[in-house]
Amino acid sequence: MDNYEAVIGLEVHVELHTKTKAFCSCPNEFGKEPNTNVCPICLGLPGVLPVINEALLEYAVKAGLALNCEIAAFSKFDRKNYYYPDLPKNYQISQYDLPLCRNGYLDIEVNGATRRVGITRVHMEEDAGKLVHGEGGADYSLVDLNRAGVPLLEIVSEPDIRTPEEAKAYLEKLKSILSYIDVSDCKMEEGSLRCDANISVRPAGTGILNPKTEIKNMNSFRAVQRALEAEIKRQCAVWAAGGTVESETRAWDENKGTTVPMRSKEEASDYRYFPDPDLVPIVISPDRVSRIKSELPELPDARARRFTSEYGLSAYDAGVLTASRALADFYEACARNYRDPKLVSNWVTGEFLRLVNARNLEIRDVKLTPAHLVEMLELIDKGTISGKIAKTVFEEMFDTGKRAEDIIKEKGLVQISDEGELSRIVEEVVTANPGVVADYRNGKEKAFAFLVGQVMKATRGKANPQLVNRLLKERI
Amino acid sequence: MKLSKKEVEHVALLARLALSEEEKERFRAQLSSVLEYADIINRLDTEKVAPTYHVLPIQNVERPDKEHETLPLEETLQNAPQRDGNYFRVPRII
Ligand SMILES: [Zn+2]
Repeated sequence: MDNYEAVIGLEVHVELHTKTKAFCSCPNEFGKEPNTNVCPICLGLPGVLPVINEALLEYAVKAGLALNCEIAAFSKFDRKNYYYPDLPKNYQISQYDLPLCRNGYLDIEVNGATRRVGITRVHMEEDAGKLVHGEGGADYSLVDLNRAGVPLLEIVSEPDIRTPEEAKAYLEKLKSILSYIDVSDCKMEEGSLRCDANISVRPAGTGILNPKTEIKNMNSFRAVQRALEAEIKRQCAVWAAGGTVESETRAWDENKGTTVPMRSKEEASDYRYFPDPDLVPIVISPDRVSRIKSELPELPDARARRFTSEYGLSAYDAGVLTASRALADFYEACARNYRDPKLVSNWVTGEFLRLVNARNLEIRDVKLTPAHLVEMLELIDKGTISGKIAKTVFEEMFDTGKRAEDIIKEKGLVQISDEGELSRIVEEVVTANPGVVADYRNGKEKAFAFLVGQVMKATRGKANPQLVNRLLKERI
Repeated sequence: MKLSKKEVEHVALLARLALSEEEKERFRAQLSSVLEYADIINRLDTEKVAPTYHVLPIQNVERPDKEHETLPLEETLQNAPQRDGNYFRVPRII
């Protein structure tokens, strides 16, 4: 397997979160009762006239620009014809030979190196409905057309990806960019981002193109990585055994940890694309493109570069903080109001993210505000609480949204910096542990840490650590 | 251009149509005559004519991103050959 390299291209579909569907005015909403979010247009009833949602076009141009694409001055919609019950018109409105965006790229970082992955095209299309298959051996399927007509972007990468890690990094970067420009929720688990992969392997460095397979049914970024790993292994084994890889569609089987054949790949000509006569061509003026470009927010790469220069963060921390716009916003709101942006970064990439993951939350749903964190850091600076107690306070703030000061009062967590009180406790600890004290005097450094620990225990962690160290040293 | 029987069968399959032998022959003749007519048009010199991407001379018809009423469920399902609760019911595909 070491002598082979993989050639991977990804095809990503993202649902855009416009208010209404792509070509009709039904709400673009998830989770309604089956078939209650439809109208004659998305049902494909005869005689209706679809009209493009201006937000779909704006979102698509935004995404194209954020992915460094050229925006086509002239673009049109085509019908992709195929018969499937989740597609009420028997064709999908899509774009074929004149997609809206072409020739873009995005940069990914893997193992400290930056690689550029080309983006062949980004085009607009509509989603299909959902099929619910009858239980057991039932010979019927049920159709829910609520999702039919929801706007999608199809984003096709060049076959520039060489490893499963790069594929995952590409998806993470894509998700990050699309979330920054606020066009999609990009939740793979909920189906608002879907990914298929084209993959072939070849002897390393030869540049030949072997038959590729298309992998479907991957439901998380991790699944994409694992499926590609398994498929590389499988294809390498086929070639190594003197066989030939068949060009086919395969499905990732999570339980088996392998890909399995699906159906033979339909030829493009079978879709019999032709221009959709219902939808008129799109001509986008340079003015409109520059207006949309001027409205783009600062994108993750640029923001990460600024975080390293403006706040003195490492490239790694800046990358973690800027991967999500909500996280970067949270961080920046704190960093702007506190003297030490690196310390803020430690708290945000550390405790904050730990709790976000442990509680399985979205950052926007976190009750803790940037002001809360800054207040707490200032309380540490003032000596009101110790850094150790701060972790307890932070977790409480995170879960309840209360202010640090209130939590400290309620729980009696104020740091004990009273010399008299601490001296008394130090005395007690020393008296109670004559053996340990003797060890320390005989040069055992660890014994000292034990004694400090005992003082901390007696004060339930509230003792001022610097003061405890000094008092203890003086006493013994 | 004469269509082969195989081509007719391929097109019929794509359209999910089950044709009898007699129909295949009938449609082969009809489709062939359509294509022959297209051949005549193809003979025209279009060297200096810009390609037509669309039959209408208008562009950029967009609608605002505003919600409208959806269809009541009973109307949505009124023509369904088979219904199952809120769903259209169809023969199983997979
Ligand atoms: Zn509709």
